[in-house]
Amino acid sequence: MQASQHAGHAGHHEDDSHGHGPTGLMRWITTTNHKDIGTMYLWFSFAMFLVGGAMSLIIRAELLSPGLQYVSPEFYNQMLTLHALIMVFGAIMPAFVGFANWMIPMMIGAPDMAFARMNNWSFWLLPPAAILLTASLFVPGGAAGTGWTLYPPLSIQMGMGMDMAIFAVHILGMSSIMGSINIITTVLNMRTPGMTLMKMPLFCWTWLVTAFLLIASMPILAGAVTMLLTDRHFGTSFFNAAGGGDPVLFQHIFWFFGHPEVYIIALPAFGVVSHVIPAFSRKHLFGYTSMVYAIAAIGLISFFVWAHHMYVTGIPLTGQLYFMYATMLIAIPTGVKVFNWVTTMWRGSLSFETPMLFALGFLVLFTIGGLTGLVLAMTAVDIQLQDTYYVVAHFHYVMVAGALFSAYAGLYYWLPKWTGHMYHEGLGKLHFWLSMIFFNIAFFPQHFLGLAGMPRRIPDYAQQFADFNMISTWGSFGFGFSQLLVLVVVFKAMKGGVKAEARPWDGARGLEWTVPSPAPHHTFEDPPPFDPAEAHG
Amino acid sequence: MSHPASANRYFVPDPSHWPLVGSLALLLLASGAVLTMNSIANGGFVLMGGFAVLAVMLFGWFARVIGESESGSYNVQVDRSFRWAMAWFIFSEVMFFAAFFGALFYVRVLSVPDLASADQAGLWEGFKGQWPTAGPAAKDVFTPMHAWGIPAINTLLLLSSGVTVTWAHWGLIANKRQQLITGLALTILLGLVFISLQAYEYAEAYSHLGLKMTTGVYGSTFYMLTGFHGFHVTLGATMLIVILVRTLKGHFTAERHFAFEAVAWYWHFVDVVWLGLFVVVYWL
Ligand code: HEM
Ligand SMILES: [Cu+2]
Repeated sequence: MQASQHAGHAGHHEDDSHGHGPTGLMRWITTTNHKDIGTMYLWFSFAMFLVGGAMSLIIRAELLSPGLQYVSPEFYNQMLTLHALIMVFGAIMPAFVGFANWMIPMMIGAPDMAFARMNNWSFWLLPPAAILLTASLFVPGGAAGTGWTLYPPLSIQMGMGMDMAIFAVHILGMSSIMGSINIITTVLNMRTPGMTLMKMPLFCWTWLVTAFLLIASMPILAGAVTMLLTDRHFGTSFFNAAGGGDPVLFQHIFWFFGHPEVYIIALPAFGVVSHVIPAFSRKHLFGYTSMVYAIAAIGLISFFVWAHHMYVTGIPLTGQLYFMYATMLIAIPTGVKVFNWVTTMWRGSLSFETPMLFALGFLVLFTIGGLTGLVLAMTAVDIQLQDTYYVVAHFHYVMVAGALFSAYAGLYYWLPKWTGHMYHEGLGKLHFWLSMIFFNIAFFPQHFLGLAGMPRRIPDYAQQFADFNMISTWGSFGFGFSQLLVLVVVFKAMKGGVKAEARPWDGARGLEWTVPSPAPHHTFEDPPPFDPAEAHG
Repeated sequence: MSHPASANRYFVPDPSHWPLVGSLALLLLASGAVLTMNSIANGGFVLMGGFAVLAVMLFGWFARVIGESESGSYNVQVDRSFRWAMAWFIFSEVMFFAAFFGALFYVRVLSVPDLASADQAGLWEGFKGQWPTAGPAAKDVFTPMHAWGIPAINTLLLLSSGVTVTWAHWGLIANKRQQLITGLALTILLGLVFISLQAYEYAEAYSHLGLKMTTGVYGSTFYMLTGFHGFHVTLGATMLIVILVRTLKGHFTAERHFAFEAVAWYWHFVDVVWLGLFVVVYWL
């Protein structure tokens, strides 16, 4: 245990209380503290995860057996759309912003985020967006039922729920852009002296690139939905062929945002895993420099592959070929990362606490998702698989078993630092194994369904798909209910438990472990001395 | 907790309720807009309420920031943060316009020619696909906007305003107060004339040229691009007015005046977007 040696740095927080500012609810509403804001992001994200999860269970219940049983096709589509929008923008993205808020200042030795007040606004913009999305279920015509891609002409014909989704997207975009400006500025301008960019923790690197992706792509989405809005209400013809426009134009703009978006979700997940695996292998991360370049390369290439979602829209053959090869190119930096993680474990002194289990689950399942992504990247194959359950399986492997598992790895890894208590290891492991097993029961059969030709986005299906759908639905329910365990684990750790040391994981490295657990309300009001032993590079 | 101004402590602001007020404003604006667009009664009031709350929030929040700045809370490191932030904010605006420029490029190079191609011949008989077009199903005739009238004058106005704002900046750096004030006032004046001419152009387009938002994809791209640009000029001019008022109040020193520079950057950005507009929307 190096813990005792390192706890020394914690000396400079005279002020551990938060008694000066408002208290009670007003404390949370007005806070400018990155830890408070990080906490709110994480709770919000979990609440949205439950809402989006409930919607997915409605979808899966309907798909338990062929025929229509519980919901109307219209309502099914609304559930599908809201599930996706809420999960992507309400659950996964805010979860990683929560991690960024909590951890980046502590990792780089900053007193707070660069713009603490704007940081609060970034968070408080989320509830209005969530209100708009959920309230849209109750307006005439119901919520948007287009799928999260909001394609016209359907999105032009929808009722006012669509307008609410559009404004929700605008507000979420503002929140993301302000949050990203904050993160970039913090990372670039507030590192403690001596921490050069190439010594910075990898999580900060992934967020630096992610924030860039957000600033570059969210305005594009805002533009796309603005054109939808004017087409709907002001008689413009962007997506209307009779007026000289083209519905496919929307797809181009949407996916120019949409593909970077998948890396906005994936990169911070990579960052978390790049902390957890070295810590539980008790080794330095293998190939730090190549990791940094891989992150940058993924970020850059992600802007040039968007039409792999559009192979069947009639884009020219040369276009199909270009997008096919460009997409496959991303497998190279992604492969570099996967191999580096594996090599980090090679001859390490491994132990398998819950964070490590989730990181390994991530590694295996994300790789499967990445490989099915490569399958889909091949135009000739994708023409068969486009809009089938194979695609659904693919992106759930990357987004659930990838991003969500990584978020859990981070949660268990940093929970002792946040609450000051160790979580219940047995429950954590139970949570992991239930998630791992049920996830695969829920999603692996969807590959077969897709290969056999079952289309996505339908509430009913032909008899021959019945068995795999039934398995998938039972798996989904198992997965969904297992997630409630997280609540138990977190509440237990908040209430009490074994006191956590400053560095509860003996292999963990980084400035965040030099301060006591729980971390004092204000850390590093003055930049801490930078200890090369804590460096990641 | 806010710290006393110190050379090396980074400023962290006190808890603030302005963000929540801002969120309320946006919720009202969004709901009001949804109601109004779907012709539901009283939507307009909600919308107006949203604007009012937004205005209160902007006043309150910026007053706070200006107060902090004037009381010397912002050290060099904070100043650097503001520079990064403004630069990235402008980049996000660039990307917002990129979506509309991209749409214009797409319809001109791809969708309109495609609608006139042999593939679609049976569908849209006689459609030539010449730009500008209101699309194959258009019935009304319209006259496109000519580049060398008001738009050319507007180009000159904005380019000169770029010069005057730089001249004002030189005045600020050289402690020449009169030059600073004159330069700012001239810039604002040029901006306001630009907006007025733009408004006149729109009125002409609607009343005499038959060029409306509903005029197919030409009208769509024309109004979307020039409209959002005009909105940004209005925003920029408003910010310049704030800067002028602050100057008159004696804010800003030759060394420390990032608010001025931020607005100047923004003004140049608006300028550059206009050049792009002039070339691809009006001229070519
Ligand atoms: C190895 C990296 C990846 C590759 C090569 C890849 C490739 C692809 C391709 C080609 C499609 C199009 C499928 C179709 O047209 O039917 C697709 C769809 C999708 N991917 Fe990926 N992908 C990768 C990683 C990711 C990641 C990390 C995420 C999210 C975190 C993601 C989320 C999605 C989603 C949501 C869709 C569905 C889009 C729709 O609604 O049709 N992908 N992917
Ligand atoms: Cu993609």
